[in-house]
Parts: sequence; C-alpha cells; structure tokens
Amino acid sequence: MSIVYFLFAQTLLFAIPLLVVALGGMFSERSGVINIALEGIMILGGFFGVFFINFMQTNQIMSGQALLILALLVSGIVGGLFSLLHAFASIHLKADQTISGTALNLFAPAFGLFIAKTIQDGVQSVMFENQFRIVEVPILSQIPVLGDLFFKNCYLTTFIGIFILIISYVFLMKTKTGLRLRSCGENPQASDAAGISVYKMRYLGVVLSGFLAGMGGLIYILPISTEFNCNVAGYGFLALAVLIFGNWKPWRIAGAAFFFGATKTIAYTYTSIPFLAALSLPATAYKLIPYIATLILLAFTSKNSAAPRAEGEPFDKGKR
Amino acid sequence: MKNKILLLLKKEGSKSFVSSLIAIALGLLFGFVIILIANPGDALEGLKLLLTGGFYRGAKSLGQVFYLAVPIMMTGLSVAFAFKCGEFNIGTPGQYIMGAFTAVFVALKCDFIPNSILWIVCIIAAGLAGALWAIIPGVLKAYRNVNVVISCIMCNYIGMLLVIEGIKATIYNPTGAESYSVPAEKAIPAFGLDKIFPDSNINFGIVIAILLCILAYIIMNKTTFGYELKACGYNPDAAKYAGMNEKKCIILSMAIAGFFSGVGGAIAYLSGTGKTLPISEVLPAEGFNGIPVALLGFNNPIGCIFAALFIGYINVGGNYMQSLNIAIEVIDIIVASIIYFSSFTLFIKMIFNKYKNKKQKSIEGGHES
Repeated sequence: MSIVYFLFAQTLLFAIPLLVVALGGMFSERSGVINIALEGIMILGGFFGVFFINFMQTNQIMSGQALLILALLVSGIVGGLFSLLHAFASIHLKADQTISGTALNLFAPAFGLFIAKTIQDGVQSVMFENQFRIVEVPILSQIPVLGDLFFKNCYLTTFIGIFILIISYVFLMKTKTGLRLRSCGENPQASDAAGISVYKMRYLGVVLSGFLAGMGGLIYILPISTEFNCNVAGYGFLALAVLIFGNWKPWRIAGAAFFFGATKTIAYTYTSIPFLAALSLPATAYKLIPYIATLILLAFTSKNSAAPRAEGEPFDKGKR
Repeated sequence: MKNKILLLLKKEGSKSFVSSLIAIALGLLFGFVIILIANPGDALEGLKLLLTGGFYRGAKSLGQVFYLAVPIMMTGLSVAFAFKCGEFNIGTPGQYIMGAFTAVFVALKCDFIPNSILWIVCIIAAGLAGALWAIIPGVLKAYRNVNVVISCIMCNYIGMLLVIEGIKATIYNPTGAESYSVPAEKAIPAFGLDKIFPDSNINFGIVIAILLCILAYIIMNKTTFGYELKACGYNPDAAKYAGMNEKKCIILSMAIAGFFSGVGGAIAYLSGTGKTLPISEVLPAEGFNGIPVALLGFNNPIGCIFAALFIGYINVGGNYMQSLNIAIEVIDIIVASIIYFSSFTLFIKMIFNKYKNKKQKSIEGGHES
C-alpha cells in the first residue's frame, strides 16, 4: 500500500503546478487574450519568490510555512505585474498576442539570470533551503487512507492548489464578474453593448493569469530542488497544453493536470512499480507515455473542442 | 492618380520600416539602461562593443555573425511560413532536433555515399525528417481538429526523447556522453567563403539558408499553391467554398515549415566545428528562437533573413561584451524588448495616420475656403 501513497504524492508534485498555471491561463483565454507567456511568467515569479526565500533564510528573518505563504504572494504579485506588460500590448495597443507573449518568454529567463549573475558575482543559480515539507498534519493524518494520501509528507502548496481550483470554479462559473469575463472571450461586442467594460475584464483575466502563473513557478520548484536556475523545464508550455486538453473548463483542467501528473509519475518511478520494472523496457519508453497518451486522447476528443470564440482577437468596438 | 497610389504604398512600407527602427532603438536603449544599472563604469564601452561587435575583429566577426544566424534563420522561416498559413508552429525545436540527428546519423553511418555529395544528401534527409515531424500535428489538425500548438508541444518532447534514444543506440560517444561530431571532411564545404571571412566558422550553409528564404518568398507570393495556402490561413471556410482542399493546405504548409526547421538543424551540425548532439533532456534553444526571428521579420521570408542576421550580429557583440563582466543574458533582454516594442507597430502607425489625416484635413480645409 505504501507504494500507492508514494505514487500519489509524486503525481501531486507534478500535477499541482500544472493545475495552478493552467487555471491562470484559463482566466486569460476565457477573457479573450491568448497567453503563451505562461512559461516566462512562471520563471520570473519563481525567481523572485526563491530570491525572497533566499534573502529571508540567509538573514534568518523568517522560516517555515509563514515564509512559504509570503513567498507565494511575492511570486504571484511579480507575475501579476509582469503580465501587465502583456495585457497592455495585447489589449490597449491591439498587438498580435503571440508577439508580446513571446517577448515575455524570452525576457524572463534572461532577466532572472542577469540579476542573479550581477548580484551573486557570476553565480547563476539561487539557492534555498527546503524547510517546507510537512511530515504529518496533526489529527487529519489519522484518517484512514485519506490521511495517508493527503496529510503525510505533504506540502502546503497542494492544499493551496486545490483551494485555487475551487475558488476559480466558483469565480468563473458562479459569479457575475465571472460570467462577464467569459462573455468578453466569446462576443466582446455584445458584452460592450451590454455595458460591460471589455478592457477592464480582459485586464482582470490577464492579471489573474499572471498571478497564478507566478505562484505556479514557485510551487513547481519548491518540492523538487534546492536551487533555481531560471528554468521551469517547459512547464508553462505544458500548462498551455493542459489548458487546451482541459477544454478551457476548471474541472476538466484539473482532470487533465492529474492525468498528466500520473503518466509523468509512471515515467520517473517505473522502477519501483513491480510489474512495470519486470517489463525491462528502456527508460525512454516510459518517458514518452505522457506525451503520446495526450496526443492519442486529443485525437479522439478534439472534434468538439470549445475554444473561446473571440480568443486572440483584439477588441474593436466598431466591428460586428 | 496612379502615382498617388504608388506613393501611398511606399509610405505603408516605410511606416513599417520606421516603426521597426523605433522598436530597435527603444530596445537597445532599454538594454543600455540595464547595463548602466548593473555596471555603470563600463556601460558605454559595453554598448560600443555591442553595436560594433559584428565588425570587432573584421571579417572574422562578420563570418561568425553569418554562422550564428543560419540556424535561427531557418527556424524563423519555419515559424513565419506556418504563420502565413494560419498555424502557429511552436514545434520547431522538435523538428530542428530531428533534422540535426538525421543529418549527423547519415553523415556518420552512410559511408557508401561519396563525401562530395554527402552533405547534400544529409541536408535533404534532415529536411524530410523535419517535415515528417511537422506532418504529425498537421494531420492531427486536418483530420481530428487537434490544436496545433498543443500537438506541436507534445511532438517536441517526443522528438527530443526519441533523438536521445537514437543517439544512444547508434552514434553515441561514451567518453563525452554525447554524440560523435561530424568530421570536417564530411561537413558542408565553404566554397571559398572561408577565404573572404578567414578564421570564422562560416560555410556554404548561409547561402543555402538565404536561397531557401527566397524560395519560400516565391512560393508564398508568386504561385497559385502559395495563394491557396494563404487563403486557407485567412479563412478556411471561404477557401473550402472556393474549391480549395483545406486539409491538404494545412498538412502541406506544416510539412514545408518542418522541412525548413530540419534543414536548419542539419546546417548547424554539419558545420565541421565539432558540434555534438547532447543527450540531456533539454529542447534546443535554436528552435524557440525562431519565433522572435519570425516576429522581427514580420513573418516575411525575406524579413527573416535580416532579422536572423541582426540577432546573430548582436549576439557576437554580446560575446565580446562578456570580457567586461557584463552577463551575456543582456542580449536576450534586448531582443525581448525589441520584440515587445515591435508590438507597438500598429500603435505607432496609428499615430502616423492621425498626424497625416490632420494635415490633410487642414490642407483640404484650405482649398475649400
């Protein structure tokens, strides 16, 4: 049984950052702005978050879960501010939305590495100490099965991710603002006629996506490493894939992220799964599973994919 | 009347040109400010190296510019070509690495081909490998409506993993934990270009790349086939109604785009400089760097030539700048800001037009009175 718990924990490590970032992308795209800058925003958010942790830890100002929460906020705010650049170009200046997205993707790692090298005398990786793992949550960890699955050897970020999922669903699907935001991604001219400020809604969507993607960058790096090289291994692009795979809907995105996390877990832990290890296939075969499985699933489910209709189109009041 | 229209056309083009110059100036200015903050003492010297780096060591530096420009010129062309046909080809890293592996494999394993034509065979094989890798997203889009962006991202990773496995199985060099490199006698010949640009890594690849860009321009703008591709990109429904086969268009445009990326990979690894394929799980940067090249070149094949040369040029300058303890990442920061500012093109044009309209109105007003 312990292997199941271990695999589940691994799956969450892969799935939660994807989930958070893809949900971010969802807000942006449902408001009508394509955000391919998720990767860049993750990197910059993660960088400042890690830098903040590094600073607090070396000066011994703060530590533990409180530091984690503050660092997540730092990452989110940096991501939100950074995404404003994308919002300004693609909403106000009506620019092609892939242009500013690409610019942000190129800018973020270069800027992070440049700052790190300049401050740390040519050393590019920012170190931090991982003191955020929760060995056991009191009381809750005593619940049979669930306690072992969720409340032992876990990270606070897992709960934050699930919390964000629920909030996102309620906000996007059940509130007035959420409905308005979605309408701007489907038919902005009609929203405008109904008295909704399309500009405001799209700014909201993009900044929310920046906030979540920035946080996602830190969530990605915290459990798996103790240094940050301004590299999130393509997770931003994978989150984009999860978003499309999840058909731009919160629960399906969660499903897609979990599916991806699970297949990726198999790829990296197959040696400890008895029947897979017995097959003695080359490691690459397992690593291919997440990508090939996604392609095959997409081939069967994409016929009625529902991208927001006005996605990628700059809002033009005079257009019908 | 005719003259007036010509004049207007000229102005439209010149406006694009002026606004890109503004973007480049703003980007460089921003980069300068960053250098100034990081290293105030050497900032001016750094800027001078950056701007003149391509000529710093004369012909050698210039040859290096061409050498660096070729791979991103091809991936940029790949992105631009697919863009014109309405698809966002983010799969260039996968196509590029497939091409690179095929080229190195053919060069090292196909001994029966004489060295004089080996490089041509390698380049064509690499192009076909790239095309094959781009056809997958194309077919999935045409027949199963799979979003090209997501299938391209998946194909990138699949390609990268397969190439790693392929290297390990065939052309693995255990001492360096990488592939063997292509020896100089099997590399693309320089045909005297090395005489013009001595000591640099230049070879005939730059000529091939430029010719392919021109070819792409001709396909795009002077043939019925290119017209159909563009029409499918603008409005697939209208194109279908007009009797064009939109499925064929999508698949072919992706295949051609992939061909260009694959050739880029071949030229980079057949340069005879001892470049080897790594077995680390990292997508090649040259692939993604095609996107900025395409954007800077306005998705125009000819524009890609100049955009790639420009990025190669400031990269050479950036290399020299490292001697001043200015991190080379500043180059990417500058390129990123140039791209960002180039998204203001529409805005700058709008200002131009407003200004012009005002002027015209005042002139017309004068006539009436």
